[in-house]
Amino acid sequence: MNFHLKVWRQAGPRAPGRMVDYEARNIPSEASFLEMLDIVNEELTSKKEVPIQFDHDCREGICGACGLTINGIPHGCGYAGGETTCQLYMRKFSNGSTIYVEPFRASSFPVLCDLSVDRSAFDRIIQAGGFISGRSGSASDANACPIPKATAELAMDAAACIGCGACVAACPNGSATLFVAAKVTHLELLPQGKLEAQQRVLNMIHATDAEGFGGCSNFYECEAVCPAGIPVEFISRANRHYTMASLRTVIGNF
Amino acid sequence: MTLDPKIPRGPLGEKWTLFKDSTGLISPANKRKFKILVVGSGLAGASAAATLGEQGYQVECFCYQDSPRRAHSVAAQGGINAAKNYQNDGDSVFRLFHDTIKGGDFRSREANVYRLAEVSTFIIDQCVAQGVPFAREYSGLLANRSFGGAQVSRTFYARGQTGQQLLLGAYQALQRQVALGQVKMFPRTEMLDLVLVRGHAKGIIVRDLVTGRVDSHAADVVLLCTGGYSNIFYLSTNAKGCNVTATYRAYKQGALFANPCYTQIHPTCIPASGDYQSKLTLMSESLRNDGRVWVPKNKEDCFKTPEGIPEIGRDYYLERKYPSYGNLAPRDIASRSAKEVCDEERGVGPGGRGVYLDFIDAMRRLGRSVIEERYGNLFKIYNNITGEDAYESPMRIYPAAHYTMGGLWVDYNLMSNIPGLYVLGEANFSDHGANRLGASALMQGLADGYFIIPYTLTAYLVTQLGVRRPSPDHPAFRSAEHKVSARTAQLLSIRGNRSTDSLHRELGLLLWDNCGMARSRESLERALEEIPKIREEFWKNASVPGSGEEFNQSLEKAGRVADFLEFGELLCRDALHREESCGGHFRIEHQTDEGEALRDDENYSYVAAWNFNGEHVAPSLIKEHLAYESIQPTTRSYK
Repeated sequence: MNFHLKVWRQAGPRAPGRMVDYEARNIPSEASFLEMLDIVNEELTSKKEVPIQFDHDCREGICGACGLTINGIPHGCGYAGGETTCQLYMRKFSNGSTIYVEPFRASSFPVLCDLSVDRSAFDRIIQAGGFISGRSGSASDANACPIPKATAELAMDAAACIGCGACVAACPNGSATLFVAAKVTHLELLPQGKLEAQQRVLNMIHATDAEGFGGCSNFYECEAVCPAGIPVEFISRANRHYTMASLRTVIGNF
Repeated sequence: MTLDPKIPRGPLGEKWTLFKDSTGLISPANKRKFKILVVGSGLAGASAAATLGEQGYQVECFCYQDSPRRAHSVAAQGGINAAKNYQNDGDSVFRLFHDTIKGGDFRSREANVYRLAEVSTFIIDQCVAQGVPFAREYSGLLANRSFGGAQVSRTFYARGQTGQQLLLGAYQALQRQVALGQVKMFPRTEMLDLVLVRGHAKGIIVRDLVTGRVDSHAADVVLLCTGGYSNIFYLSTNAKGCNVTATYRAYKQGALFANPCYTQIHPTCIPASGDYQSKLTLMSESLRNDGRVWVPKNKEDCFKTPEGIPEIGRDYYLERKYPSYGNLAPRDIASRSAKEVCDEERGVGPGGRGVYLDFIDAMRRLGRSVIEERYGNLFKIYNNITGEDAYESPMRIYPAAHYTMGGLWVDYNLMSNIPGLYVLGEANFSDHGANRLGASALMQGLADGYFIIPYTLTAYLVTQLGVRRPSPDHPAFRSAEHKVSARTAQLLSIRGNRSTDSLHRELGLLLWDNCGMARSRESLERALEEIPKIREEFWKNASVPGSGEEFNQSLEKAGRVADFLEFGELLCRDALHREESCGGHFRIEHQTDEGEALRDDENYSYVAAWNFNGEHVAPSLIKEHLAYESIQPTTRSYK
């Protein structure tokens, strides 16, 4: 297969960027999107040109490192239906088509180089409260506290987030609410995480605001592109918790 | 040089307790003074950094990824073993220990493995307390599944994403320590050399992968938690960035590299489909719980659709050869059997390199919904990659390089022969012998980080009380920085026209063919002859565009491939010297009449630790003899 690519090239965080044209030739239809870029890069390298830089690692859809905006959609999942960029295969594109490749666009994710962005804001949000405090070696027996299967399953649904940032890139507001809601829900559902739930939701949402992410106004674009299938119901859950927690800080526990 | 594994005295079951009771302690006032570098943020690195931070040490943690949450432990699917015996099916610490030693084909150290089995139970407690959403039964109690090489159900799991959930637990604990100021995190940072001061590991040289800046970090002790080297085969189940650089550079500074030839080829991966392929995707071994592996009995049937082959025409070769373990035979055996049937031209799919993994019987027995619940995400991955529906027709699988049991030599304390250099997780050689059992890598990574290093680290630190930490301006750091910068300049100056990927692919193919699932003197000698040629081609004709002072992924790759090109020789040399077959190391000269691995306990019951003697000089072999007191080495049988 052959494709015309229009790729965002930007030499560094402060350098100006622009779209550059490339031809992707003789691409096997079984190749993944990133393997297609590998083939283009191979050609650039042999011509001693600087290849297109993009983040990627596991290439099996779980590490969350890769993330390209393809034809305007984070992870290009208009084609694959909720997969990471590395799990998008070229057979989903029509031969000879033009493909626009850009980094995840969000002001809280500054571009580092070409298609690679800085998502360290997510780490800082987790630092604000996305954990259960507890010292190594101080835990009681794992079966001492049974957890209903349904609760554990729901917590797992929320915990499945891979932290790729597609939700932010898809949101017209650049909101990280789905990411935060997933972590808040995962931990708040479990008995081990309930103790800190109130402070956690407050701290995490305040940290998200401080990082410059926008607010949620229910576009649900995030859910449509999420490779981990995190549902927007978790946003309502987290909002409810946030409201209750805020009230409690004003009027005390009730 | 003689190797002292520093195994504590006392009966096997009491060694760890006796060790903990007698090892030195560091007071809180002194913990604050010690600085610890943790390289790598996977299960071993993140759990160690979080735990040591919690204890009050100053910790700095480094990873090449943009966030510690992406370390490749995240990709482990199937589960984590622990001797909880929640199923009341006869499991115990001793049985887990026994299975692990036997699974490793009697090439691991008894004391280390027993300790691993012993602390395994605490890992599950720890993870549940952190909020890891393990699978549960309707009773609310934890669920278990069985895994290869075991006849009990001791594997805990979180759907097909166990590694992800365990890593997120460790990552969150780590981030908490970052917020508390106990750990300083350096993402997008790659270690390029180890720095020794007066023979002790006292720091590292790193390159900032965004700015290209080369920097020194000095400390009192260095922990390498940098994973394995399966990517030497180019195609593997590892993440693209996984590499041998940190451990190999440590080797060149005098750390012994143990058993490099013990590599694990995982039996259940999606087969490769072309030259462009950049990695192979694993399908969790847990699939073998319910899937049945088969190929056609007659090679003429290979081109038929699987549904077109009647039951009588199918060879369920694992069930036939290993009736008691069947499809759950250990990884090395399952992989080799797949290779055998494909070598007999009975393989299926493109190129005849594939076998079927069939779920039709399990779906008849349990219903499709149960299979969906157990393996839904794996079936989805398979469908996405191959475009095929495994609910309708069987999966095609083939072995792929997956894990490396070899690694830097460590003693019972997880310290290498270089004082102050500790090695944790897959990066060390210690627990899995010649073959690792499924669901044991996660167990080892977390055991090392949460429960072992906090105790064993103090054995070294008590000797360093009052010893001044060198400053990063020490001449040893300056000269190491120069060396690193000079090498970067050298890579950038080649200006040839071959991508480092193409050279890496060439090396990988050579090793896969000659030092993969089956090895012989002839094939290994061939590889040892060819590797220097590829290396020469690399330094003459590689193309590494861009500069060293910027974001440059070509440069990152080039440095890693250059190290693989040197390390490959060590791997083959070790495989050549080991004139026996054991676990993942199968020498075709050494097999039984039935084609099973033939061990030579009389001559090879030792850990082969290699010492670097300088460029272009052969490394020397130092042996640590393995003594078995609690288990009598037997011929491994899964029949």
